[in-house]
Amino acid sequence: MFLINCPYCGERDQQEFKAGGEAHIERPKQPTELSDDEWAEYLFMRKNIKGVQFERWNHAHGCRKWFNMARDTSNDEIKAIYKMGEKPPTQ
Amino acid sequence: MTQNLRVKSSEFIDETNRISFKFDGKTYYGFKGDTLASALIANNVHLVGRSFKYHRPRGIMTSGSEEPNAIVQVNPNSNITEPNARATEIEIYEGLEASSQNCWPSVNFDIGGINNFLAPLFPAGFYYKTFMWPKSFWEKYEFFIRHSAGLGKSPNTRDPDIYDHRNIHCDVLVVGAGISGILAAKNAAKNNFKTLLLDEKNELGGSTIFEANEDNKINHNSASEWLKKEINELKNIKNLEIKTRTSVAAYHQYNYLLARENLTDHLVKKDKKNKIRQRLLKIRAKKVILATGAIERPLIFNNNDRPGIMLSSAIKKYSNFYGVACGTKNIFFTNNDSAYESALSLHNKGIKVEAIIDIRENSDAKIIKKINDAGIKIYWAHTIVDTRGYKRLSGVSIMKLSNDGTSVTGSKISISCDCLGIAGGWTPAVHLYTQSGSKLTFDEERKIFFPKTDTKEQISVGSCGGDFELNDIITNLNYKLKKFLNINKTDFEGITLENDHETSKRNIWLLPSDQTIGKTKPFVDYQNDATAKDIKLALREGFRSIEHVKRYTTTGMGTDQGKLGNMHALGIIADTAGVKMGELGTTTFRPPYTPLTFGTIVGRNVGEFFDTFRRTPMNDWHIKNKAEFENVGQWKRSWYYPKEGETMHQAVQRESKAARKSAGILDASTLGKIDIQGSDASEFLNRVYTNAWSKLAIGKCRYGLMLNEDGMVYDDGVTTRLGENHYIMTTTTGGAANVLGKLEDYLQTEWPELDVYLTSVTDHFATASLCGPNSKKILNKIIPNLDLSDDNFPHMSFKEVLIDKIKCRIMRISFTGELSYEINVPASYGEAIWQKCIEAGKEFNITPYGTETMHLLRAEKGFIIVGQDTDGTMTPIDLQMDWIVSKKKYDFIGKRSLYRSDTMKENRKQLVGLLTEDPNIVLEEGAQIVSELNQKPVEMLGHVTSSYFSPNLNKSIALAVVKDGKNMMGRKLFVPMENKNISVTVANTVFYDEKNERLNA
Ligand SMILES: [Zn+2]
Repeated sequence: MFLINCPYCGERDQQEFKAGGEAHIERPKQPTELSDDEWAEYLFMRKNIKGVQFERWNHAHGCRKWFNMARDTSNDEIKAIYKMGEKPPTQ
Repeated sequence: MTQNLRVKSSEFIDETNRISFKFDGKTYYGFKGDTLASALIANNVHLVGRSFKYHRPRGIMTSGSEEPNAIVQVNPNSNITEPNARATEIEIYEGLEASSQNCWPSVNFDIGGINNFLAPLFPAGFYYKTFMWPKSFWEKYEFFIRHSAGLGKSPNTRDPDIYDHRNIHCDVLVVGAGISGILAAKNAAKNNFKTLLLDEKNELGGSTIFEANEDNKINHNSASEWLKKEINELKNIKNLEIKTRTSVAAYHQYNYLLARENLTDHLVKKDKKNKIRQRLLKIRAKKVILATGAIERPLIFNNNDRPGIMLSSAIKKYSNFYGVACGTKNIFFTNNDSAYESALSLHNKGIKVEAIIDIRENSDAKIIKKINDAGIKIYWAHTIVDTRGYKRLSGVSIMKLSNDGTSVTGSKISISCDCLGIAGGWTPAVHLYTQSGSKLTFDEERKIFFPKTDTKEQISVGSCGGDFELNDIITNLNYKLKKFLNINKTDFEGITLENDHETSKRNIWLLPSDQTIGKTKPFVDYQNDATAKDIKLALREGFRSIEHVKRYTTTGMGTDQGKLGNMHALGIIADTAGVKMGELGTTTFRPPYTPLTFGTIVGRNVGEFFDTFRRTPMNDWHIKNKAEFENVGQWKRSWYYPKEGETMHQAVQRESKAARKSAGILDASTLGKIDIQGSDASEFLNRVYTNAWSKLAIGKCRYGLMLNEDGMVYDDGVTTRLGENHYIMTTTTGGAANVLGKLEDYLQTEWPELDVYLTSVTDHFATASLCGPNSKKILNKIIPNLDLSDDNFPHMSFKEVLIDKIKCRIMRISFTGELSYEINVPASYGEAIWQKCIEAGKEFNITPYGTETMHLLRAEKGFIIVGQDTDGTMTPIDLQMDWIVSKKKYDFIGKRSLYRSDTMKENRKQLVGLLTEDPNIVLEEGAQIVSELNQKPVEMLGHVTSSYFSPNLNKSIALAVVKDGKNMMGRKLFVPMENKNISVTVANTVFYDEKNERLNA
């Protein structure tokens, strides 16, 4: 059970949160311009890596804000938490 | 042959408090402070069970939670009996009843014992191999195996006890209250850390508290006396909470631990009453100090499982702590110095020790001299090659070990005894450490896995950290604690320590016998009857991974998770396969450390507290009017309102007819309601719905369909424009929370530039839906001054009015196809407005109807229910709802996906109507649809999604999804059922009032 540091509320139990899949996948601005393959890339393709993964989390039973998390999937260490719209940490 | 083996009064046992209890139907006596195990041993009862596979007689082996054999059924004659309790952990109380498990018909005469002689038939992987045999073989053996296998019996009625959960946050959690844990907790608390100290036993002090080794001294005093003073001081320390009888079951990430606190199991029946039996502690600790100690290892030799063969440390505890002798003629068999302490302890109490058999060549520990002085014979470099005695150990045969330890030489010496203490060294109890995700390292020299790393959040101290001698324990504890707590000094810094020192070591995982291994029974896992032979067989059969060997041989898979023998299994694999143990790794220790009751896991969340129920403001009225309810998500919704003697079918038919003929009323409060405000609200709706919203006038309503980005229908509902920048959206009952979540997601992450605010107002409004040709007259009676003409208040529009000063939002919208009005009021006025409608509707025979009638009426109109007629694979085009998809809008959620080659395919499954040839046959929802009856394999074209008998059409109607359904209008298809084939015709989805004339009736 993670202890997650919501950027708006502080440390809370994982039970209060909902995971929302890979982060930094922007919805295309002009979907109609895209080929089926390009659209499918946006729609379906997600990374599932061993190591540091960037993912979206939502404080669903709290402030209901979405934020980003960098998590090492091999040991579940939370490397960083940062707000929506912010750039992922480089390290 | 009851015999009193109580040897010496013990300070931990209250001999003034005599307790009677029953074991296997026979009454025995013990004292307050005894465990079931110590009390049985005091009565010279060792045989307490039969082994799982061979049904060999087994006795009490340990004195703690690692016990593999003495697992008993508590209150065996009650229907709330509890299986798999460890006799070594059950504190006796007046009236306790327990019995052996796994023996049929009795522990003394066990049919399954014959398996022992059939052992060649039960090799490793027996169960796997049997399952793969022809079925007929299995059936023959099933009766026999079911009767003689299995561990205990489960209770068969509801657990009457109360369980509880508690959340605890602390700065420092200390697990284990032995000497290390006590000193750690004391120093943490004294330094202002909010500290919690847990121990699974009822007494603090671990094994040091009953230590009698004169060579272990602290400040020139015996270690146990010194520790008692330390424990005494704990009472006066603030910031320290101590919980005994509390065992940590699981250690999850981020220092989240689950522990079970046992509150009443040791109490007599009348004191248990109305009290919480067990409590699950959910602990989030900033720092965790593991002081879980070590578990003594057995030695693996031929027939090492007879009743009377026990861990050496357990014999010491029974004698020093409980004042009980485990036998009258004792032998110890060891590979280290600790057995000598146990032997001396017995000797000093006047209990006879016949001999000590040591596989080592010698030892220069001080204690050896004391053993020699006591006249106890030591057999150096010897091993036990066999044991005797069926239901109780009667003797051992020993031989000299060869230099390399792989064989025996010389002549066999026979020694008689009734108790054998085995001492194979110590395994740090690292279970919790590894559960936390931390990695172990292997010490080749000491043959132990121990915690590799201490972190800022967690340390392991004492013997679970790999320190076994007093000096090492205290010195390392002092060093680690200062660093971990960031303190300058501990209160035990500078105490003087003296202890004996072990220098001579020898380890042999599988001790040789004079017989070939095939003829021996060296048990590695007592509970699962896995022998060294089985492990070797598994390796011969090609298993290499430790995890595979474990599963194939079932080693370590019992309720004790192989706490005793896992290391030997690894050692034997390493020796046989010629690899290093460190490279082999260990098997995974999974929670719980010791089994938990289901009661503890669920706590108070039983019965009506299992999940939250949501009830509408009109709920009391529904109950008073005998509604049957159905669960929709967490909601309790009125399903139908049966009159005296009516079946569900009759009630629904009556309600449906009444709603179309005169007037009906439905409680629609459960529909999701989202208040949408902001200058970009219209633009937002344009992006989330498939149709256009910019031109919707204030005061008008519009039906909307919401897709997922993959183009599949996600939710639907009517949204009303309340003002320039203000809308109220309704969602399906079940979809409300998800829709809000989805909308918030897009607003926060994709379109943060939009000025839109969302508020869930589902619970703020109650909704009464009036429907039927007389609904206008009823509404007119309630609000006489509102002009209800079609000009002023047309279909798909909204009015805000006052009814008795209650602000109401009335929408003229319809989910039944009838003229209808949805009256929304603040929730607290829900029942009042409902009553008003009922009163006003009396003269029109207003009929309350539930969800079933609502479903029927909308099916007559071909209106979909998202989640029933759709299943996440249906596009609006598949639903034949092309009309709702805007061609003009540049984008909306899911739009691009509607043009993917797959979603544009012609022969997708599409929603159609189905009419049965025989109008009285009602199809089953979910039934498959085919076009050919004799085709093999038959092609499934689709399935029925909604099906009813329509009283208004006097025939059965159904909606279905059918492959290429759009092009099948009028085609005859079949719905094959178990004993008949039903002929059906593909029809339009709208069965009733196709021209929508009734909306304005
Ligand atoms: Zn938050």
